[in-house]
Amino acid sequence: MTLISSFIAGLLFGLGLILSGMTDPEKVIGFLDITGAWNPSLAFVMAGAVLVSYFAFRVAGKRSKTILSQQILLPTKKEIDARLILGSIIFGVGWGLAGYCPGPALASIATGHKEPLLFVAAMLIGMAIYEVIQKIQSR
Amino acid sequence: MIDWAEVTPLASLIGGILVGIAASLLILLNGRIAGISGILGGLLNPKKNDVYWRLAFLSGLIIAPIIYRTVHPLPSVSVNAGSTTLIIAGLLVGIGTRYGSGCTSGHGICGIAKLSPRSIAATLAFMLAGAFTVLLARQLAQ
Repeated sequence: MTLISSFIAGLLFGLGLILSGMTDPEKVIGFLDITGAWNPSLAFVMAGAVLVSYFAFRVAGKRSKTILSQQILLPTKKEIDARLILGSIIFGVGWGLAGYCPGPALASIATGHKEPLLFVAAMLIGMAIYEVIQKIQSR
Repeated sequence: MIDWAEVTPLASLIGGILVGIAASLLILLNGRIAGISGILGGLLNPKKNDVYWRLAFLSGLIIAPIIYRTVHPLPSVSVNAGSTTLIIAGLLVGIGTRYGSGCTSGHGICGIAKLSPRSIAATLAFMLAGAFTVLLARQLAQ
């Protein structure tokens, strides 16, 4: 049951990204191009998504288990540290270079275009590099 | 200047609402945050009983265009980045999202929806870095 709900959530997430136009890197770069021909479409996507999930997180914050008796895991970390900001800046630079972030890139790899495949392959290598660095540092 | 010809307010809003419903389902049924980089990255350091829900979610996300195409043609996309840029961008996105514990979905949507100061700070950081990168790329291309 939890696998079905997870699958449906992933599918809806992907369908939403495609419908919203976020799988088009030019539209995403258009949002970041604030001094050029600005395209605010991404702001509409975020507004819709945040508005709906705000209520879900309010409910989730008051419970410890879900309807499917799964433990609700919410991040506990509170402090804004250098890791958070530096990591986000590195991500932002990559995002601005290609116009892909992880969700839309994954929702594009089955379209038959080679660009998202190349991006996702590199992204996985980047994530693997992170895991290796973590392992070395924790020794 | 807003480029109104390229703006799709209604489709983007409805698409965003769908994304919000998906994130709501995942937190209310599975108890998990719909952060794509975290869901994917967690597979590279697998923990017991923590793998299959990730695979199920990612399968749904990946087959979405195939399902979409059965009812409606996919929106047109244009990728201007060349292969080298795509590879560098992918590496930076992979490392940065794991280091910063999230991406546009985990921080930008779920984190802001739960009014987390950490996620609001992260979102500002990656949006400013992204805007600055686009500005710099535009200047260099001229």
